[in-house]
Amino acid sequence: MAATDTIPTARAASTRKRAADYLLTRHRFHFAEALPWLIAIAVFFIFPTRMTFGSQVLVMIMFALSLDLILGYAGIVTLGHAAFFGVGAYTVGLAAARLEWTEPISGLFAAAIAAGLVGFITGWFLLRYRGLTLLMLTLATAILLQETGNLRSDISGGYDGLPGLTFKPLLGLFDYDLYGHTYYLYALAVLAIVFYLVRRIVYSPFGQALTGIRENVRRMHAIGSPVHWRLVTVYTISAAIAGVAGALFTQTNAYVTLTVFDFDNSAKVMVMLILGGTGRLYGAFIGATVYMVLEDYFSKLSPTFWQFGIGLMLVLAVLFAPRGILGVFENIGKYFAERKRT
Amino acid sequence: MTAALRVEGLNRTFGALPVTRDVNLTLDRGARRALIGPNGAGKTTLVNLITGALKPHSGRVALNGEDITALSQANRARRGLARTFQINQLFRGLTVLENLCMTIGERDGHCNNLWRSAGAKPEVIDEALGHLESLRLTDDALKLVRELPYGRQRLVEIAIALAQKPRVLLLDEPAAGVPSSETHLILDVVATLDPDIAVLIIEHDMDVVFRFAREITVLVQGAVFTQGTPEEIMNNEQVRAVYLGEESHPGARRGKHHG
Repeated sequence: MAATDTIPTARAASTRKRAADYLLTRHRFHFAEALPWLIAIAVFFIFPTRMTFGSQVLVMIMFALSLDLILGYAGIVTLGHAAFFGVGAYTVGLAAARLEWTEPISGLFAAAIAAGLVGFITGWFLLRYRGLTLLMLTLATAILLQETGNLRSDISGGYDGLPGLTFKPLLGLFDYDLYGHTYYLYALAVLAIVFYLVRRIVYSPFGQALTGIRENVRRMHAIGSPVHWRLVTVYTISAAIAGVAGALFTQTNAYVTLTVFDFDNSAKVMVMLILGGTGRLYGAFIGATVYMVLEDYFSKLSPTFWQFGIGLMLVLAVLFAPRGILGVFENIGKYFAERKRT
Repeated sequence: MTAALRVEGLNRTFGALPVTRDVNLTLDRGARRALIGPNGAGKTTLVNLITGALKPHSGRVALNGEDITALSQANRARRGLARTFQINQLFRGLTVLENLCMTIGERDGHCNNLWRSAGAKPEVIDEALGHLESLRLTDDALKLVRELPYGRQRLVEIAIALAQKPRVLLLDEPAAGVPSSETHLILDVVATLDPDIAVLIIEHDMDVVFRFAREITVLVQGAVFTQGTPEEIMNNEQVRAVYLGEESHPGARRGKHHG
């Protein structure tokens, strides 16, 4: 051993450096990450008449991003994420309709707090369970909230909803316009801020612990991780973000009905995320955009049978892209990297 | 001197089946104790009771003199009680390096931080790489755990436990499932553990037990059958009858058939 020690030591040092560099640098911004934002800005100029639809896509991206935090990173499988979207949507809706509180930005904060609170309370009880039990309990939570709204339809407006809401101009300057230009840029700015927060969390030591819980919860207990507390924390954050998405939904559409709590909404956001790719941040961007654009396209093509197109797309995705669209890109990248090497 | 780990009158049943019966066990600082016994003797259950993965129906567990019976598994781990699993429990989709960095992060409370990037503390990465180097895993640092052969994964299993900087370490068959050509790697690691750590090892391979252990506890049907030095155990007629078999020298029989 002693005679050959110097060479392995030098090699070990370089391996060490490479390994350390990987962790030290991987949270840095990559230039490719500018792409979705540039596209979003380009869309603003290319499709000036489709801005309302564009805002809806941005809202769904944010909603899917909030789900990625708990599903993609912490491995919490939920079918009730619409609960928090709905709480956020109704927070600004009720505030505007019943309390004349129509300032949009403070509305977002109120929605985040309300949804986060519901996330914290339900998470505290539900996150002791996993798998199918959790799936059913989260589903039940969303239905309970929906039915509570239905019970007091005098306040919530029931399934007729709260139509014709008006909000104050943004920052007191930019008013709502017919084509939704203002709200598109507003939604984009909020999404950028939320994305930055999520990205920080994902690359933090806390985010690392979340992936640990996803990969092996048993070992996490054994290495001393306060698993339940970590899950409740991330669930609360995710709920708050979903609440902001819901609030933006109400603000951009100027109405809200109890259908925001629908199982459909919970399932749709999960499909979007899985379609794009879980645990990758940008999966939410690709998945929500592809889903929304196809849904829009198919429903124009055939107003009666458009769901067939969506179904077909999902079957194809499950067969050929089990890790989502981003997973396909990754595989292609890997393929070319290997070809280059040989 | 307070014992590193003291187990008193531990009882646990699964339904009507008593799996742990009045177990008393003491590990002094730096202890090297082997826990042996036939299949189904309740060895892993005992480890689960000590670490808090299972709750005892009666009895006490004390770590460095502190009663930890009511504490959660995670709380016990943070107080310096680490274990490895008979079947690997690893973060398979993460790199080996992350497996260790996360363990260190949880140990030192870094994982409560949601804002700072995980790579921002070079000393954590440095320590993780140090653990990997001592187990000759440096070359695998950036590989995903699931891409490693089982023998290497087994080393990661131990590396995680060591990264916890434990004062008491429970090794549940560390060499189980490892091809015999590679067991020496794991046994070398076990042999060179910090002499201050109190170690309890469950092992079927009698060669390993007699080489490593300074004390042996024999568990039969959930109860401590006897304990003593390796010589005492080797010469104990009853132990031979229930466990070691008829051979004159227990080392001659590799004990693999128990596995």
